[in-house]
Parts: sequence; structure tokens; C-alpha cells
Amino acid sequence: MDTTGQMVLANRLTDGRVVFLAAGGGWVEDIEGGAVAMASAEAAELLAAARVAESRNTVVEPYLIGIRTVAGRRQPVDFREAIRAAGPTVRTG
Amino acid sequence: MYRYDEFDHTLVAERIATFRRQVERRLSGDLTEDQFKPLRLMNGLYLQLHAYMLRVNIPYGCLSSRQLRQLAFIARRYDRNFGHFTTRQNIQYNWIRLDETPDVLAALAEVEMNAMQSSGNCVRNITADQYAGRTRDEIEDPRPWCELIRQWSILHPEFSYLPRKFKIAVSGAPVDRAAVKFHDVGLYLRRNAEGVVGFEVIVGGGQGRLPYVGLTIREWLAKEDLLSYLEAILRIYNLGGRRDNPQKARIKVQVNALGADEFRRLVDQEWEQIRQSPLLAVPAAEINRISAYFADPAWQDLPDGSAALDLQRQADPAFDDWCAANVVEHRTRGYAIVNLSLKAPGIAPGDLTADQMDRVAGLADRFSLGDLRVSHRQNLVFPDVQQGELLALWKELRSLSLATPNIGRLTDIIACPGLDFCALANARAIPVAQDIGRHFTDTAELQDIGELTINISGCMNACGHHHVGHIGILGVEKNGLEFYQLTLGGSSGEDASLGDRLGRSISAAEVPPAVDAIVQRYKALRLADERFLDTYRRVGIEPFKEAVYGPRTREVA
Repeated sequence: MDTTGQMVLANRLTDGRVVFLAAGGGWVEDIEGGAVAMASAEAAELLAAARVAESRNTVVEPYLIGIRTVAGRRQPVDFREAIRAAGPTVRTG
Repeated sequence: MYRYDEFDHTLVAERIATFRRQVERRLSGDLTEDQFKPLRLMNGLYLQLHAYMLRVNIPYGCLSSRQLRQLAFIARRYDRNFGHFTTRQNIQYNWIRLDETPDVLAALAEVEMNAMQSSGNCVRNITADQYAGRTRDEIEDPRPWCELIRQWSILHPEFSYLPRKFKIAVSGAPVDRAAVKFHDVGLYLRRNAEGVVGFEVIVGGGQGRLPYVGLTIREWLAKEDLLSYLEAILRIYNLGGRRDNPQKARIKVQVNALGADEFRRLVDQEWEQIRQSPLLAVPAAEINRISAYFADPAWQDLPDGSAALDLQRQADPAFDDWCAANVVEHRTRGYAIVNLSLKAPGIAPGDLTADQMDRVAGLADRFSLGDLRVSHRQNLVFPDVQQGELLALWKELRSLSLATPNIGRLTDIIACPGLDFCALANARAIPVAQDIGRHFTDTAELQDIGELTINISGCMNACGHHHVGHIGILGVEKNGLEFYQLTLGGSSGEDASLGDRLGRSISAAEVPPAVDAIVQRYKALRLADERFLDTYRRVGIEPFKEAVYGPRTREVA
């Protein structure tokens, strides 16, 4: 059964990699390790924490994305964010 | 190839040192992202969907084997083992770290390369015909003039903060292989009635959200007036460009709002004030100094090898296909121009792995006097190959998957990075190109179809030149899904035209069958050896609309 929620995604400053805000204020590359907000108030708190990290030059351009859980795995709702989370759909090298 | 002088070396070294300090200040928090962004962009560094992207200039598409080896080293050491050649004859690395970028720039400087002004609202890399200096129809080699413009425009104090980016292309041949009419300024080397070589000056061309074919504002400009006239154009643009609206800030909007005559009048008025300036003169000694770097290499005095080549072609149909599509006549007897296709089926157009780069560099040394070119159609060129060595080169290229016989053919597809990499994109471009490439794999069929270009962009910014593809494909987003809008009849050549919208957008899965339907209709309608573009221009869009959407479909969007 699908559930929906929100997470914060950003680029890490040093290498630009996509990272997700985790509980406790850390940033992780794996979407499964990030914090999920189920209510709008929680989402606002996550985004506020991300803005602090942005002001401290940990990450760049954080924003909220919608996610759903399918078969126990988190997936961004929007296909743009799905590509950001999973990486390019094509590979060279 | 042009070699840096002491000023170039100093300038690049100082720029890297400055940027290294700027990166340090960004990492330490002394600079905010808003403060840092314009600084990194001026050094070619973007922040994309997955990582930083570094765009490296390949001036007018000229590259040495030594430089390519360094690009391979950078791909291996600082990126993920590949690079992407772009429609502006540049190379982009998709996985660069911010903290390592100054080291990458230093590595580039070792081989006289840089990323200065590869982004930002300034004069970008000057582009040119990839066959410059090698074709018989050429009036004059454009490369010395490109280099002169590069030197004039780099760190030009007046033009470092233009309303928007500014792109200049130069062609020395009547056949336009550089999309000259789709640049902010396009220059064709032309002879006047007296036979003197000068420039036709075209302004206001461009693609993107507001596409325009450039307008000629001067049929012939004396060479010695080139820089003063360019300076006048840039001044009029710098003063009158729409800084209030980024969507309308390119010179094409200004030129088309004023009209060619009024824009010319303003330029001429400005030009009269500055054309005598010694700062903007082009002394013969200087252009001769630059031209010496582009002197003909030491070609051997060879017999015409076409008879022997014909025998080799008859003996091997695959080699014959490759020669027919990828080998171009050279102006010197016994030599040929060879295109390396970066469009093998299933490959991301324009991508080259680090190992391929090293191998290609070796082949360039062995077969092409160490010289390479990058085309705006995202392929590589060996400009100086002996006809007698074509067979050996073909075998080597085939082992590298760089001998697909499709240059100028349907599967020689231009594609921007699209939504797989680019933060601006609305839809993916590379997988669409790959799907079309997998759909059309029959070499005989491709040869039968003949000259037909497909250009794919992942958004309206049109980095994939969709407006000027014979078949253009534009990725759009609708209700959270990717769709593709087809256009027909575009051309980036001397017969420049913008494509016409075919109808409602279609899904990615529908694109290859739609292209197939267009091709089959073309084959049914063409007269003798008529190219797709000529058939389209003769019969119009309706037969193709019907081929794709069926007779009863009515456009709804």
C-alpha cells in the first residue's frame, strides 16, 4: 500500500552530490536514510533545518519533495526528483 | 594549432589562482552561494541535478592529441571516466567536485586549455566549421579570425557583464557546417565584387524560446575592420539589450524589435566613433602571426589514392559504407577528412570514455598528424588522413565503436544532456536518441534515407538545436510526465530555416514509430535523389502530419 510524505533534497556543497536531510540534521545520499515528514508542520520543520544547513554552507538549494512508499521502498513522486534520487537513467564509462 | 604566449599563460594561471581562493572562501563560508554563483559560472562551473558540471572550451573545435590525453586523464582522475562533447564544440564533465575544480583547471592549463567564459553573460567559445582549412570550397581558413576574436573577447572589460550570453561562429566555406545563422553574431568569409576577402556579418540568430534566423546587417566588411565592428555591435547590444527580462535579453530580441536597418544604423553610428581606434585595429603583422599557427601541416606529396581506395571499397561493403558516410574529400591530393561517429546505436550522443579518448589520441598521432576537431554535431574529426591508410584507420575505429557509418544520416543525432543531467531540462533527451538509434540500425536503409538530421532538446533552451533539425524533437513536461514535440523542416545550414510544429506532443515510446512514419512517407514522396528537407519544402507538412497522427486526428493542443 502506498503512503505519501515529504523529504528535503539538496546538493552537497563540496561535491554537488544529491543528499537527503536525515533525522538529527545530518545529510545522507541514500533516500532510505532520510527523514520523512508525514504532515505539513513536520515538513516545514525539516525545511527550516535544511535552511540552517544551507546558511552554514553544508548544502545548496534544499527543497521539499513529495515521496511515496512502494513495496517498502521510497520513491519521489515527480520524475525529475526520481532521476535526482536514483541518478541518470543512462550510463557511459 | 594556436599556442599560448606568455600573456595567455599568465592570464590563465592568474585566473586559476583567483578561482582557487574563491572556492576556498566558498567552502569556508566567506562567500554565500548567491555571491559565488556568478564567479563559478565565469569559470565554466555549473551545479546540475547530480553534481557540479564543468564546461571546458575547445576553441573553435580544435584539439590536439596531447590535449585529448589530458581530457582523458581528467575524466579518469576527477570524473567518472567519460566526457560529453557539446553542440558548442566544448566538452563537459558531469561529476566534478567543487573542491577539486581548481586542480582540474590547473590540469587543463598544462595543455593550454581553460574554461573561462564557457558560461556566464559574456562572449562564449568561438565556434567554427570543423573542416576549417581542409576543404576545397573554402574561401579562407576561419581559425585565425576565431583566435583573434577569442583574444579580443577574453576578459574584455566592457563585455564581461552583458545582458545575456553571446555566441559567435565563423565559417570560411559557402557550405555552412557551423550553424552560423543561429548565433548572436555569425560571420561568413566572403569575396566582394573586387574579389577581396572580408566578412558577411549576420546578427540576431538564435534558438531557445524565441528562435530567429540571423539577419545580415553588412554584406561585406573589410578584415581590418572586424574588431571595431564587433565592438560596435556589442556596445549597441550592451546598452540596449533587455536586462529587465532574461527571456528577452539576447541580442536577437533587440535586433528583431528594431529591425535590421535600424540596428545597422545604430551600429554604424557607433562604429564611426571607434573604427579608427588603434586599440581595435587588426594589424596585418598580428593576423599573420596568428595565421602562422594554422599553416598547412607537412602533408606529403602523395599520388591520388582514389583508384586503390575504390578497390578496397569494392572488396569490403562495410568499409565502403563507412567511406560513403564518414569520409570527406580533402583539398590536398592523397588525403581525406575522416569523421569519427560518436553515435553508435545505444550510446549517449557525444559521449566518449577516457579509454576511448586515449585510444583516439593515439590514432590521431598515427593517422592524422596529432590533430583533431570537434563538430557541433557532437562528433570528432581527423582532418589529415592519408587515403592509403583509411582502411587501417577504419579497422581501428571499428574496434572502438567509433566507425558507425552514419555522419549526416538519421542516427547521427544531436542530443543535449536533458533531464538525465541538466537542471534546466523538462524531459530526457539521451534515451530518446538511443531508442531512435536502436530502431534504425540497417546501414543500407540509412544510406537510402540519405541526409536527414534529428536534433533533440530536453527543454526550450534548445541546446540540442531542435529548431534546426530536419526532424526536431523537443522534450516537454505535461502533468508530471515526459512528452515530445516534433518539428519538421529545420536547417542549420546556409539554407537556414526553423522547423514547423507537426502536431500534438507524443510519448517517448511513440517517438521512434513516429520518426519511422515520417521517413516512410518521405520515401514514398521523394523525387529521385531529393533530400528529406527538399521533399518537405516541396510538399509541406500535411502528408507528414497524416503519416504520424492518421487522417482523422485533429490537433487539440
